Amino acid sequence: MKLALKLGASALALTLAATSAKAEGELSLYHWFEYIPQELLDKFSAEYDVTVTMDTFDSNEAMLAALKAGKLGSYDVAVPGDYMVEIMIGEGMLDSFEPSEVSNFGNIAPQWVDVSFDPGRAHSIPYQWGSTSFSVNRDVYAGDINTTSILFDPPAELKGKINMLDSQGEVMALASLHLGIPQCTSDRDQLKALNDLLQAAKADWASFGSDVAKDVLVSGDAAAGMIWNGFSAKAREEGANIEYAFPKEGFVVWMDNVVLLKDAPNRDNALKFMNFLLEPENAAAVTNYAQYTAGVTGVDGFLSEAVTGAPELSPPADQAGEFVMACDQDVQEVYDTIWTNLKK
Amino acid sequence: MAADISSGGSSTITTYQGQGARMMLPAWVIIGFFLVLPVGMMLVYSFLTKEFRGGVIWDFSLAAYDQFFFDRGLFGDEPPKIEWTYITIFWRSIWQAAVATVLCLLIGFPTAWFIATRAGPARSIWLFAITIPYWVNLLIRTISMKFLIRDNGPLNEFLLAIGVIGEPIGLINTNFAVQLGLFYSYLPFMVLPIYASVERYNMAYSEAAADLYASKWAALRFVVLPIVKPGIIAGCILVFVPSLGAFLAPDLLGGAKNFMIGSLIEEQFKGNAGNWPFGAAASMILLSMVLVVLAFYARAQTKAGDR
Amino acid sequence: MAARLDLRRFPGFLPITWLCLVLLYAPLIVVMVYSFNDSNSVTLWGGFTLRWYVEVFTGPEAPKFKAAALNSLAIAISAAIVATTIATAAATAMLRSGQFRGKSVSFVLINLPLMVPEIVTAVASLVFFSAIGFQAGYLTILVAHIVFCIPFAYLPIAARMQGIEGAYEQAAQDLYATKWQTFRLILLPLMAPGIMSGFLLAFIISLDDFIITNFVKGAGIETLPTAIFGSVKQGIKPNIMAISTLLLLVSVVLVTVSYLLGRKGQTTPTNKGT
Repeated sequence: MKLALKLGASALALTLAATSAKAEGELSLYHWFEYIPQELLDKFSAEYDVTVTMDTFDSNEAMLAALKAGKLGSYDVAVPGDYMVEIMIGEGMLDSFEPSEVSNFGNIAPQWVDVSFDPGRAHSIPYQWGSTSFSVNRDVYAGDINTTSILFDPPAELKGKINMLDSQGEVMALASLHLGIPQCTSDRDQLKALNDLLQAAKADWASFGSDVAKDVLVSGDAAAGMIWNGFSAKAREEGANIEYAFPKEGFVVWMDNVVLLKDAPNRDNALKFMNFLLEPENAAAVTNYAQYTAGVTGVDGFLSEAVTGAPELSPPADQAGEFVMACDQDVQEVYDTIWTNLKK
Repeated sequence: MAADISSGGSSTITTYQGQGARMMLPAWVIIGFFLVLPVGMMLVYSFLTKEFRGGVIWDFSLAAYDQFFFDRGLFGDEPPKIEWTYITIFWRSIWQAAVATVLCLLIGFPTAWFIATRAGPARSIWLFAITIPYWVNLLIRTISMKFLIRDNGPLNEFLLAIGVIGEPIGLINTNFAVQLGLFYSYLPFMVLPIYASVERYNMAYSEAAADLYASKWAALRFVVLPIVKPGIIAGCILVFVPSLGAFLAPDLLGGAKNFMIGSLIEEQFKGNAGNWPFGAAASMILLSMVLVVLAFYARAQTKAGDR
Repeated sequence: MAARLDLRRFPGFLPITWLCLVLLYAPLIVVMVYSFNDSNSVTLWGGFTLRWYVEVFTGPEAPKFKAAALNSLAIAISAAIVATTIATAAATAMLRSGQFRGKSVSFVLINLPLMVPEIVTAVASLVFFSAIGFQAGYLTILVAHIVFCIPFAYLPIAARMQGIEGAYEQAAQDLYATKWQTFRLILLPLMAPGIMSGFLLAFIISLDDFIITNFVKGAGIETLPTAIFGSVKQGIKPNIMAISTLLLLVSVVLVTVSYLLGRKGQTTPTNKGT
């Protein structure tokens, strides 16, 4: 028992030591995994004397769910994708700010200021944008990959060797593009076709996983994988002989945004952080790390060659991607049923 | 194992007569407030109306249970049929857990018997060797298993190198990988209770059987097994129950491709679906299943006690 | 004699025991071997190195894992102490206090955390904490850990107490020791090995927990399992293998110590059931 007490005392001492190293302020960040370089966080910490803690999530939906289940009020900023910003605004989960509170607001690239999901940028600033399609291991399959059939009606070489992102919105959007139907359609026949397509395609898929999407391609566990463009570029740099596809049926584009959360415990630091991320040099640092594209002007001089030369970042000029849409409740419920059917 | 302790004869010692309730109070408060109350709240939630994208609306509703048991089509307006989706998921979990339990029993019983019949020091060392991996974090053990059996992993490379197989056997992301993972996670839970039973088993019974010309295997089947049965049942429960709600093995080894009970429930609170009452209902159904298994166990224990 | 020994031996049982050991150890040993692999790719062997061990302590993820390890340790020790105390009191109530109201329910209650599937406890705690406005943080993790540690601490403690005859306490009371003195000077010292193994069991269980912690942890707070999970979800990296190997060694040392301690203290048999 005495030993236990001693251990207890040292445990308390350890906890205190761990928490007592507090800086001027704090910032609590809820971010995607592997999406911001540690050096950049350290730089912010040093410049503003703020301790940064970060939790990560692997899908927009997981982030929303965690915040709804009581984590709102413990984070200052989060980084949701486009449609999720719209949903969060609708749920009243975001705080708003004036452009004057963020002195670098003017650095936002003009096309990303008045966006549909947050008109006039009252709650968010752009972080990075990119696309979602898939990559194929060229050692395994040499044919044409610029078609969504690679995922939904794969050639024999790829059957059973495909990893899908565990992200309902993006899978549904790509499947809709494959069928040539609008997203969030309420047309029953189209929804049924969507269900049938996914049911049939499932037999050819090996696994679902977002955070493993890069690793399975690098390790060879999957020969093709639905993936984000920058993540694919990283996989290629790590030695996978893969090519990222821009399918003719279309692909998903997205923009991740730094949002100011409601009841943020450190609102001032949150705004400082947002302002910090709008500095071209810092936005470029994220781009160099994550290999997506910044939504800030003036970054070009800071970009590494790996990024400027990456084929993943330059879609063919005649092709445009589509944003994932936030469906209304009726359609979303059908989507949920289709998704559960898919994974049952 | 637990019931052993409750039914022991030492409850006749009454040094602290009258203090019982007071000393029990901290346990009552902590478990009552932080486990019984939350689970009770889940029970209530399972009868509420879901709020879109997570949360509940305080209106009584049976929708969660209806969704579980009845299929009303993709659009929810067809006449109800039996819903197989969730039954399938539950059945799959039960099946995986059952296979893992049987695997554990097949390997665990001989192992426990072998160890329990060693002489003193050798027995300690064997027992020690079996329990060590159990102290390693479950997560790490599951990851190790994943690493070992992946297509380009050491197992396949080894088998390829010695020429047993011509191309990698696809183990990862299969049901068998999940069963293997569960088996691996909970094997010591099977060995230890059986070991405890066999250790207390009096060899004289076997000798008596042998004297009556029973073969060794007959003695094992008709004399040993009935006596060590409580240990076997305890082991099966200790493997089966946690396997049922397991989360890591299906996620890491099964490729998250098929829902199991654990991931289905998690999905309702952390994933796309955001249907809290349904997640609560699925939790309650899982809990009831576990309680039924435990009731069966309690009955088996009482029977064994009557013997 | 030969005939008696023969009854204990069954053909095939020894190979199966070895198979059991191989199955248990193979994955751990493979990970241990590959933690010394001097290659960035985990699948190819590139020679022997210790650099991944260096990276555990100095690499970019080192502060994260250090903080997580400290959190895990602090939470496990605190939770184990509280749970052991509660379990000791509960065991005394169950085994030394005769009948009292709610005794039969108490037994179920103590073991309830073992019976409720972890995933159910996890989501129930998450929803409950959020409903009562209990902000997720260290305290939520600690409380949740105390709850599920109680039965694990209770089992060895109760088993030990059951093995101690009442005569010692009787004697003390005959010599006019108060109840508290009897408890402190007689029962508690006799109980020490049981309490120690209860504490250790609770400690390891807390250290090991992933699912419940993952649901109730607060912003930016990681324990070792959640931190490792966060890293390995993206792929098994060599530094994770090095951490795993280190943890394996820590576990082995801990178990060995507790085993030796237990053997020293074990004078009366602790199991008198069936």
